[in-house]
Amino acid sequence: MLIIKDLHAKVEGKEILRGINLTINAGEVHAIMGPNGSGKSTLANVLAGNTSFEVTKGEVTFNGRDLLAMPADVRAKEGLFLSFQYPVEIPGVSMINFLKTAVNESRKYHQLKELSAGDFLKLMREKKELVQIDSQLTNRSVNEGFSGGEKKKNEIFQMAMLEPKLAILDETDSGLDIDALRIVANGVNLLKRPENATIVVTHYQRLLDYIVPDVVHVLYKGQIVKTAGKDLVLELEEKGYDWIKKELGE
Amino acid sequence: MSDQNSLLNEVTGRDYRFGFVTDIETEVIPKGLNEEVIRLISAKKEEPEFMLEFRLKAFKKWQTMKMPEWAQLKIPEIDYQDIIYYAAPKQQPKYESLDEVDPELLSTFAKLGIPLEEQKMLAGVAVDAVMDSVSVKTTFKENLAELGIIFCSFSEAVKHHPDLVQKYLGMVVPPGDNFFAALNCAVFSDGSFVYIPKGVRCPMELSTYFRINAKNTGQFERTLIIADNDSYVSYLEGCTAPMRDENQLHAAVVEIVALDRAEVKYSTVQNWYPGNKEGVGGIYNFVTKRGLCKGESSRIYWNQVETGSAITWKYPSCILAGDNSVAEFNSVALTNNFQQADTGTKMIHLGKNTRSTIVSKGISAGHSSNAYRGLVRVAAKAENARNYSQCDSLLLGDHCGAHTFPYLEVGNQSSIVEHEATTSKIGEDQIFYCNQRGISTQDAIGMIVNGYAREVINKLPMEFAVEAQKLLQISLEGSVG
Ligand SMILES: Nc1ncnc2c1ncn2[C@@H]1O[C@H](COP(=O)(O)OP(=O)(O)O)[C@@H](O)[C@H]1O
Ligand SMILES: [Mg+2]
Repeated sequence: MLIIKDLHAKVEGKEILRGINLTINAGEVHAIMGPNGSGKSTLANVLAGNTSFEVTKGEVTFNGRDLLAMPADVRAKEGLFLSFQYPVEIPGVSMINFLKTAVNESRKYHQLKELSAGDFLKLMREKKELVQIDSQLTNRSVNEGFSGGEKKKNEIFQMAMLEPKLAILDETDSGLDIDALRIVANGVNLLKRPENATIVVTHYQRLLDYIVPDVVHVLYKGQIVKTAGKDLVLELEEKGYDWIKKELGE
Repeated sequence: MSDQNSLLNEVTGRDYRFGFVTDIETEVIPKGLNEEVIRLISAKKEEPEFMLEFRLKAFKKWQTMKMPEWAQLKIPEIDYQDIIYYAAPKQQPKYESLDEVDPELLSTFAKLGIPLEEQKMLAGVAVDAVMDSVSVKTTFKENLAELGIIFCSFSEAVKHHPDLVQKYLGMVVPPGDNFFAALNCAVFSDGSFVYIPKGVRCPMELSTYFRINAKNTGQFERTLIIADNDSYVSYLEGCTAPMRDENQLHAAVVEIVALDRAEVKYSTVQNWYPGNKEGVGGIYNFVTKRGLCKGESSRIYWNQVETGSAITWKYPSCILAGDNSVAEFNSVALTNNFQQADTGTKMIHLGKNTRSTIVSKGISAGHSSNAYRGLVRVAAKAENARNYSQCDSLLLGDHCGAHTFPYLEVGNQSSIVEHEATTSKIGEDQIFYCNQRGISTQDAIGMIVNGYAREVINKLPMEFAVEAQKLLQISLEGSVG
């Protein structure tokens, strides 16, 4: 589904990603872990098409197509979803209007009929239940005045609405208390399909207790320095990232 | 029977009008402005003596005045002797079919969802007489007449209600108020007149759309709205469609008088030709709009969304004379490409316990310049007056400018005046967030800008609000790559 080859990217003249190689197949859950500042969010943003980051080298194919050639909105409509580490607020734009536009733009792209207001609200009710998000939140402006945890829940709610093929969850666990974490993880698990894939970005093991990864990668200084099965999570928890640094001879 | 009669009147009235127009068009009135021209205008309109005096007085004032200079506007030289001051309403269509009309104009119409027949009318294409839904307009007029509401062209008002016109014309904006108002008083051709009798709530929005002859009021438009005691009216000015217009200079005057406990809501959507992307052409809009809260507990609300004109100079204002009167100014002014706007409001508190609110949302894109200029004055006798002002500026890109000039003159210790101002840039991160959900950059900008303007848009009557939203979006097309 996703093949990343020797991906390099810069931000403000500084090279952050320094040759990433990664292959993700349908049905898989990959975890990307690594200390703060190692480039996890940068990778997520580059994949999603954020133009503040400049790709200097490498290629990415998404379902057989050149991902890097598509503008961000087309990537989204092709089924790539990013749950932001820091979701932004958009004052005055109601969640309902925002999501209705998003859902219908995607439907138009796939030559489906736009949802009527009634059908849209029905879909929204259904998905709200899945992540147990408060109706009051969806009646407000996009993320405006939401707490950190509410913003994260709202990201997963949007993911549920958009039903992506590849979801990248960037630190979705941070800011969530244990109950919220369980609800969010449960939501993600319920949305899992054999034809979809998920990348869970985190630097704690907590979330991975609930969303069990098939493959775990450690990103360090812009490169994937270790790849293993789910047991790597426990090992990292035990030994900390210093252990990786030592292995690398630092 | 009455239906038939009014239909008949309508049709014969129209024929007469056509005849009238043809008549005056055979006479050529030379360019330029002098006393002779003003006498001629007044005579052609068969005005009573007081109107001629009003015009001449204004003209004398105007001759002693100079066009004002503003820090934030660059206005090319205007030759006032190069303008024809009496242009009869042109009824002849300019084009035979829509195929001849500028395709860019047509694409804007299409985006706004304007019906084909109406597109023709706006673009100046010949239309079938059938289309001019006579019955709708007739029913509308009949309903108003039953309530004693007067809603007609200014010329008609001068003919049929001279007493009201004489009493109120110039009460709020006196002939010598400013350069452009003086010019308007001297030469105005036509406009709208509204009178709401005591205790009457006007049951529908009064829109210039329903006033026959509204399309050709020319460049010096005059509007007078009088709301008698305990009455209410909501008035809609304008049209979201960019109308074909060859007049570059527009200097309108709008006066509102609200008597005891009366309430007037005046909503504008202004979308005149702003010039092309290089800043060539476009309308100069120098308009004087002012409301007088004359009676106690009277209320006047100015709501506006402005995206048009090359140069806009406009300060819809209120004089809060009656005790406990309330005034609001809610505005969205959008400038793009090389547009310039110097807009704002004046709130003059004279009465006790008067309250005013100002919400101004400026949006600047391209190489445009957008200035807010607001004055809040509290007179010594205006005990417990309150004002709250909020002026926000939103910038798109690095080549535009936004400026805020709030002036406060507070002459009373018991009054409270608050002012808040913010300037923000449309966030790349907000646009990316929308992109990531499958929303294109163009749509994202429209959405974010509409969100920013929400507070003001929500004050507009429903149909106007929907159109205003589309308009904001269209006006920004291509503004951010
Ligand atoms: N917009 C930006 N401007 C400048 N530097 C940035 C920007 N985004 C990220 N960086 C830098 O890139 C590096 C990697 O950051 P990030 O991808 O956010 O790491 P992680 O998500 O793994 O904590 C850090 O050194 C960070 O300071
Ligand atoms: Mg991060």
